[in-house]
Amino acid sequence: MNPSVDALRATFGNAIGRALDSCGDTIVYVAREQLLAVMAWLRDTPEQAYDYLVDVTAVEYRDRERPLELVYNLRSLARRADLRVKVTLDPRGDLTVDSVVPLWRGADWLEREAFDMFGVTFRGHPDLRRILMWETYAEGYPLRKDFPLRGRFSRAEQVRQALAANPEAHYSMEELSIAEAYDELPADMKERLRRGERGTLPDFE
Amino acid sequence: MTKRTVELELATPGLDAQGRPVRVPLAVTDTDASPTEPHLAGEHMLINIGPQHPATHGVLRLVVELDGETVVRVIPHVGYLHSGFEKLGEYRHYNQIIPLTDRTDYLSPMANNIGFALAAEKLMGIEVTPRCTVLRVIACEMSRIISHMVWLGTTAIDLGAFTPFLWAFQQRELIYNLQETWTGARLTTSVTRVGGMMADIPDDFVPGLRAFTQQFPRTLGEIDRVLTRNSVWVGRTQGVGALTAAEAINYSLSGPMLRASGVPYDLRKDQPYLNYETYDFDVVVGEHGDVYDRYLVRLEECSQSNRILEQALNRLPDGPINVDDPRLILPPKSRAMNDMEAMIYHFKQVMEGVKAPIGEAYVGIENPKGELGNYLVSDGTAKPVRWRIRPPSFINLSALPKMAEGHLLSDLIAINASVDIVMGEVDR
Repeated sequence: MNPSVDALRATFGNAIGRALDSCGDTIVYVAREQLLAVMAWLRDTPEQAYDYLVDVTAVEYRDRERPLELVYNLRSLARRADLRVKVTLDPRGDLTVDSVVPLWRGADWLEREAFDMFGVTFRGHPDLRRILMWETYAEGYPLRKDFPLRGRFSRAEQVRQALAANPEAHYSMEELSIAEAYDELPADMKERLRRGERGTLPDFE
Repeated sequence: MTKRTVELELATPGLDAQGRPVRVPLAVTDTDASPTEPHLAGEHMLINIGPQHPATHGVLRLVVELDGETVVRVIPHVGYLHSGFEKLGEYRHYNQIIPLTDRTDYLSPMANNIGFALAAEKLMGIEVTPRCTVLRVIACEMSRIISHMVWLGTTAIDLGAFTPFLWAFQQRELIYNLQETWTGARLTTSVTRVGGMMADIPDDFVPGLRAFTQQFPRTLGEIDRVLTRNSVWVGRTQGVGALTAAEAINYSLSGPMLRASGVPYDLRKDQPYLNYETYDFDVVVGEHGDVYDRYLVRLEECSQSNRILEQALNRLPDGPINVDDPRLILPPKSRAMNDMEAMIYHFKQVMEGVKAPIGEAYVGIENPKGELGNYLVSDGTAKPVRWRIRPPSFINLSALPKMAEGHLLSDLIAINASVDIVMGEVDR
């Protein structure tokens, strides 16, 4: 068992849940409200020095009673030590958790992927958009267990939507995420946007 | 007639105190009170590169906001090659997932096979045989060489040098031929099984690989001679896209991207797997973290891989390639057809699959692109609850805006090339 777990318990008390060992890796559960504080402590305390975020992902179990887990793999490059921090969320409840992007910029795309695939919302993320699926994807979150392998919509519906989609819609300001740069745009482009020339988004329900 | 002076200083761009590139000064002194050209300052242009563009190394799409020729903002769009491998893996037995791993980083398929097999073996608590371990090291290092050769060739083409591409692909072809004699495939190798290998190497493999290792340094020397001190190459790569060590760590970069920034972290040394700690090789570390250092790191890693290959060939032991466990490894066809017990094991493995104990395992291996992680969660059935790939080039690519903003558009191409992305893995 990684000694960081005892140090965490001594510092954060009840915010630290159970800790266990699986295949030689230490896993520690952390209360959702304290996640950011725990992560900052793990990164900035010299004895811990978990300066490297290996991965952020989520796990949903086939057992519907088990909560959805967010998994953070941390590593201390100097101490050559790994720690896996988990946060549990109710898959039918509020899937919101603090973003760790302020601590590790590398979490940016990883959290976007978890949002895209599991629907977890990261509070404080600078740019939380879908990343692998397209912006207008309407079938839900593919890696959730209630999502069928072949997608929620029928093949015919998927084809219909693909053909109905206006490819120009991909050049909308929302897609480019520079909506806040609107004031700096050339006048003619502003005029086109003002006229609503951004393609029509496909109508999903 | 308006009198104008244009000052142009042509030099290798350096870095200022903030780590930003020093621009080549281009000052226009206009004495005329009424300028003949319209005032262009502040007009930003939005251009789209990709997803179908050879310089994006696959189906990467970059939306670039430009101020003149300077990149103000880069917005990468990925996902055009998304195939849902992780979701598919939840519906497959462990051995059935291995063909999916070929298709993630398809420039080093054997290393991906090994990464997945190691994670599954950690989950099931299996120790592979000594011969299998050495064969896997050989496969990993062969993959590193072919992946770096593709990177070198394509990056050189992006920056206008065509000849190294031909040399690099010739060497890659030699490895591919060996790979084909071993696995029967050039790309979709599926070379591992949980608990061993799909096949042992053929008779002429060892002499063939030894011949390769003997002639490979000559090509590396040629590439080194034509690029390393080439003024065009140096001018286009030095000081471009630089990241400090702290930034590289904060962006979770791994592999040559991390080491080029001066962080001596290599999983083969720091979290050894496959007995890498018993091989004599050096971890290659850069200094400036720019495109040039990434090139140097990858080039030298090829020599180090060649060293490891030579050592592995010298120590390759005889013996079985698979663990001796009929619940894991399929019996030979002749036994499955003639022996009742072997037939039952065969049936159970094919129909039910190998059940993993409840638990989870993460194994990161040093792939050519960086740390390839395989994270498996099992609920005790024959199919994983979750199979997560930690994709090195996906995470490395996420630092592209940070590296490219403030540089020229042509530098963006060099920086993007230096990340060494492969979209099969980025999008999965």
